[in-house]
Amino acid sequence: MTRSLRGRTGGAQRADALFRALAAGCAVLILAVMAAFFVRLVLSAELSIRHFGWKFFATTNWDPNALEFGALSSIYGTLASTVIAMAIATPLSLAIALFLTEMAHPAVAKVAGNAIELLAAIPSIIFGMWGLFVFAPFMAAHVEPVLAKTWNAVPLLNLIPLFRGTPRGIDLLTSGVILALMVLPFISSVMRDVFLMVPAVVKESAYGMGATTWEVTRRVTVRYGVYGLVGACFLGLGRAIGETMAVTFVIGNSHRISASLLDPATSIASTLANEFAEASDPLYLSSLVQLGLVLFLIAFALQVVAHLWLKRVAKSMGTL
Amino acid sequence: MNRRSLRGRKTRDLAVRTLSALAACVGIFALGWILWVVIQRGAAAINWEMFVKSVTPPGVAGGGVGNALLGSAMLVGVAALFGVPVGILAGVYLAEFGRHTRLGAMVRFSANVMMGIPSIIVGLFVFALIVAPMQHYSGWAGAVALAILMVPVVSRTTEDMLALVPNSLRESALALGAPRWKATVQVVFRAAKAGLLTGVLLAVARVSGETAPLLFTSLNSPYWPQSLNGPTANLTVTIFNCAMSPYPDWQRLAWGASLIVTVGVLALNVSSRFMLKRGSGD
Repeated sequence: MTRSLRGRTGGAQRADALFRALAAGCAVLILAVMAAFFVRLVLSAELSIRHFGWKFFATTNWDPNALEFGALSSIYGTLASTVIAMAIATPLSLAIALFLTEMAHPAVAKVAGNAIELLAAIPSIIFGMWGLFVFAPFMAAHVEPVLAKTWNAVPLLNLIPLFRGTPRGIDLLTSGVILALMVLPFISSVMRDVFLMVPAVVKESAYGMGATTWEVTRRVTVRYGVYGLVGACFLGLGRAIGETMAVTFVIGNSHRISASLLDPATSIASTLANEFAEASDPLYLSSLVQLGLVLFLIAFALQVVAHLWLKRVAKSMGTL
Repeated sequence: MNRRSLRGRKTRDLAVRTLSALAACVGIFALGWILWVVIQRGAAAINWEMFVKSVTPPGVAGGGVGNALLGSAMLVGVAALFGVPVGILAGVYLAEFGRHTRLGAMVRFSANVMMGIPSIIVGLFVFALIVAPMQHYSGWAGAVALAILMVPVVSRTTEDMLALVPNSLRESALALGAPRWKATVQVVFRAAKAGLLTGVLLAVARVSGETAPLLFTSLNSPYWPQSLNGPTANLTVTIFNCAMSPYPDWQRLAWGASLIVTVGVLALNVSSRFMLKRGSGD
């Protein structure tokens, strides 16, 4: 060694300080980007916010030619497709998580678990392609006519116009089903983790009393992990609400609100995907950004709630 | 504890078992159906021209998605160039310096939240930040959008993987007189190599299939990409445009491109898992 010890430690200290500052800088960058999202979107939406005020959220009129923009149809489509998706995905995910943790042989569970996780890896646009060219025609030909016929044959139920109109496959229902398939792997994987957090002793003591697997599941596992299961649903909800491409392909992009699930609709994300690149008027652009801001705020709130909730659950369950 | 007969309870148990198995089958069936359709229609569309020709105007037979393939590779490559170092360094901060600090907790939390922000919002943000002031769409903007999506994924996996490295390794390196950065880069990184690579591959896999953040940043283009200064062709937006068009030729291109994207993304995904398994098995 030719350099003195002091020179070396001094250099090393400087390099260390630099390294630490660099790492901290990158970490802070994440926070900064998160904050910039708010600021930038609000600034770009300002024109529309000033021009329309609260009316933006109360009107369904979306007319780029007359420069009249109301967000209600997009918000309705977003919420309706998400509700359908969650109504399908929640029970399915719960059943899948149970199958993987409690019911299946470990070897089967491993293969099935991998397959379901692979479903999460398929890009959204591929769901869209499959949805548009294969699944929507399938829904129109085989599922929707049967649903409409059964529903409308029941007295009282047929007063609710949930399944009116010609089934074309390009509608809210199809979007909801595809969304359900997309969020299913996310919800079931969190639910599986929740079930795995339940201490074996608790379950074993119930088995020891002679309970069947289902009884243990219902009275012990689910009850023990119920908060975690709710958190898993929030996480899935956050994903479903902003899903873009798959929905854009099959929702039909219509700004009319209809009570029937067999009618085309639009969601915030699909309105953006379809119209943004063509919007040239500043007010049109700004209205679209404001739509995006609404979606951002909803998704952000859902994520924050879900993560805070799951963090508390993990803490109370003694892991993490 | 239960007034019902044993037989009734067992039947109910069996019913639930069957239902839960059916639910798993629904998921697996959906996966199989989608893959089958993509492989069948994609394979029918794919030929050599698909990889070496650019998208032709509608009505002109032939053509391929070679320009989009190259463009996608450029976008993802540049995004990784920006996103991976930032993500890894942020992960280093979370695991090595800020594990129990307030700032660390805040960054960790916002990285988690950012992973759940819809990708179209990221596109919108980058549009407002870069495209609108520059007044033209550009590949750079698309790459930045993809990089923003990569950073939280890379940083969270990096943190998790570095946290698995035993402290004794850090201490031995420091005891030998190595400065902190050297201990991190040459010892801790080496121990967590497989995990770090997994995180990077997963992030690349995730953004390679993204469409929404590119729709109004890099847009799309029928030409071969010369630079990232203008609208840049890419596979996913090409799929979107071609699929929504009424031309059978273009729809054929969309299926071919779909097969390429699916195979690419799934291969990255599976190999990253495989690597993690092998890395943790050592």
